[in-house]
Amino acid sequence: MKFTWFNLMPWPYLPDDFREKHRSVWVDIDQKLFDPVKSHEVYNTYMDLLEYADQLGFDGVGVNEHHQNGYGIMPSPNIIAAGLARRTKDAAIVVLGNSIALYNPPVRVAEEFAMLDCISGGRLVAGFPVGTSMDTNYCYGQIPSLTREKYQEAHDLIIKAWTTREPFAWNGRYNKLRHVNIWPRPIQQPRPPVHIPGGGSVETYDFCLDNEYSYSYLSFSGYLRAQALMDGYWKRVEERGVDKSPYRAGFAQTICVAETDEEAERLYWPHVNYFYNRCLHVYPGFADAPGYRTIKTIQTGALSQYAPPVGGYSQLTWKDLVEGGHVIAGSPETVRQRLEDLAKGLNVGNIFCLMHVGDMPADKCMYSTKLFAEKVMPKLRNVFPDWADDNRFWTSPLDKRVTSGSLPKQAPTSADLLKTYGVEA
Amino acid sequence: MDLRTVQTTYANVQYYVGGAGPDLVFLHGAGGVTGDDPLLAELAKSHRVYAPLIPGYGDSEEAPEIRDMLDFTLHTWDVAIALGLRDPVLVGHSMGGMIAAEMAAVQPRDVSRLALIAPAGLWDDAHPIADLFATMPYEMPALLFHDVEAGAAMLTAGRNVTDPNFLQTYLVANARQLGMAGRILFPIPERGLSTRLHRIRARTVIVWGDSDRLIPPVYAHAFKKAILGAELVSIPEAGHMVTLERPRAVADAIDALH
Repeated sequence: MKFTWFNLMPWPYLPDDFREKHRSVWVDIDQKLFDPVKSHEVYNTYMDLLEYADQLGFDGVGVNEHHQNGYGIMPSPNIIAAGLARRTKDAAIVVLGNSIALYNPPVRVAEEFAMLDCISGGRLVAGFPVGTSMDTNYCYGQIPSLTREKYQEAHDLIIKAWTTREPFAWNGRYNKLRHVNIWPRPIQQPRPPVHIPGGGSVETYDFCLDNEYSYSYLSFSGYLRAQALMDGYWKRVEERGVDKSPYRAGFAQTICVAETDEEAERLYWPHVNYFYNRCLHVYPGFADAPGYRTIKTIQTGALSQYAPPVGGYSQLTWKDLVEGGHVIAGSPETVRQRLEDLAKGLNVGNIFCLMHVGDMPADKCMYSTKLFAEKVMPKLRNVFPDWADDNRFWTSPLDKRVTSGSLPKQAPTSADLLKTYGVEA
Repeated sequence: MDLRTVQTTYANVQYYVGGAGPDLVFLHGAGGVTGDDPLLAELAKSHRVYAPLIPGYGDSEEAPEIRDMLDFTLHTWDVAIALGLRDPVLVGHSMGGMIAAEMAAVQPRDVSRLALIAPAGLWDDAHPIADLFATMPYEMPALLFHDVEAGAAMLTAGRNVTDPNFLQTYLVANARQLGMAGRILFPIPERGLSTRLHRIRARTVIVWGDSDRLIPPVYAHAFKKAILGAELVSIPEAGHMVTLERPRAVADAIDALH
């Protein structure tokens, strides 16, 4: 199995009465709640934690893109990823991803992802989400019923830009480019592995299977509620006669580890509470712009995970969240068991571990992360022995990679250079 | 009103038809129109009324090829041509008013009488129009009606909102209709009409409800100023859905075009 340590980067200073006093954590969130001075430490701590995960041996470190959002202060994941490409050694840089319908022109994504792949020595996993309706439609103004068409064109253009070895013209509906010729291009051939975050859009299953992309279900509601959706995906895989490698799928799961189940509740409940009962407070009018989801998808009953639940919101308790599977929390053995259930039940090989939760401070996050890396991860490595060699959906880095800070300690002298280069002009 | 279908290049289009008199085309707003619409009934007393449904509305087919303002404008001309109409009285409400104004601007010699009822299509930073696409159903009546309570009753009439099947039917209809409307209204209902209004040659009446809270009456004056010789008829005690709240007064304003 592949474990990616993921940080949504929530703003940790939303007030206690946020839900009562504010209508939304997203789109029109109150400007006054953001403090740029405090963000200096928040950003750097969050990046430190991602780097720490690399040192502990996680397979990947993960970042994503949200806009005008109180639980994700990462409008440009590529900026964070660039820092990680320099400061991490072995972990894949999992950018999940760039909302490609928003970039004008989308060759910008082809270029930036290529840069990340080159700087990191071939460690990039490229994610191409359509983007949530909040981000794509309400914040970035894309017309809902044309978003998917624009996304598709952006995807086709990026892949062609990555894989074509001579300049070409692109006469698209949304992009007219006479000379496409990206420079640089990615190390990984024929392209970096691609993961597609989906939320139950049926069209996305086929898109992944057609192109050998991994399908990622990024939900906050946990593995028990994901069963129906993932069953739908695997049913489609079977119908298509494609192999059922678990690495064709990824799943995001909130995970908190402590010495005991009791300690987990004591240490982490305040932060889990902050995330589930405060950060996900999205005004329902922003949940799903009409036309964003296809008719076929609505008819299958796949609604936005941000739409209010039937009967309205209620405060979720630790018990609700743990028993309901939103959160996998407890002793290393408890977490191992439940993650094994998740992996086997959903047939998922890529786990995006949401290990920083809500307003969790760095020390608790390190504690949980270290226990996971040392006492849970090793025991789950071989859940899928039949697929141990399947690397179609993961990175192929260079064997020999440089890391940051490799310059000599001191600048050379004239004599040093003479020795190195001789006297010839 | 009878419901019929006419074929155009991109979609089979449903339209309501009824009444007798000079031909009149009515273009509905983002909420659509029904056969028992009170304004259609009033207009049909003195006109042969044709009210085509925009693709995606009712049983009009969806039309993926209709994407931008020019596509909407020319498609609606195609409907008029397919119906065999020449210089009909052109009437549009809200989004339909935006389309009607564009039609009259692109083919000024083909429209001699134009009625714009609280049309969309202009934008004034000092008076931003509410975001219809981020409005919950329960917030609609206050935006759309002068008499909010009566308006709410009109919006929910005949619908069983507790029926579990209702939600999915509602969501599908909403996605088809507002998904299509969003192509010219999202995220800001402005597609450059202000640069084209000067081309209109029709005798034009602009009709507006005094209590319009969706597109405030300040926009009425902007339309009047931009269209040569346009008249403005303000209707008291009516909101954006002046077509439902004061249908007779709206029909009188349109009759005066003759």
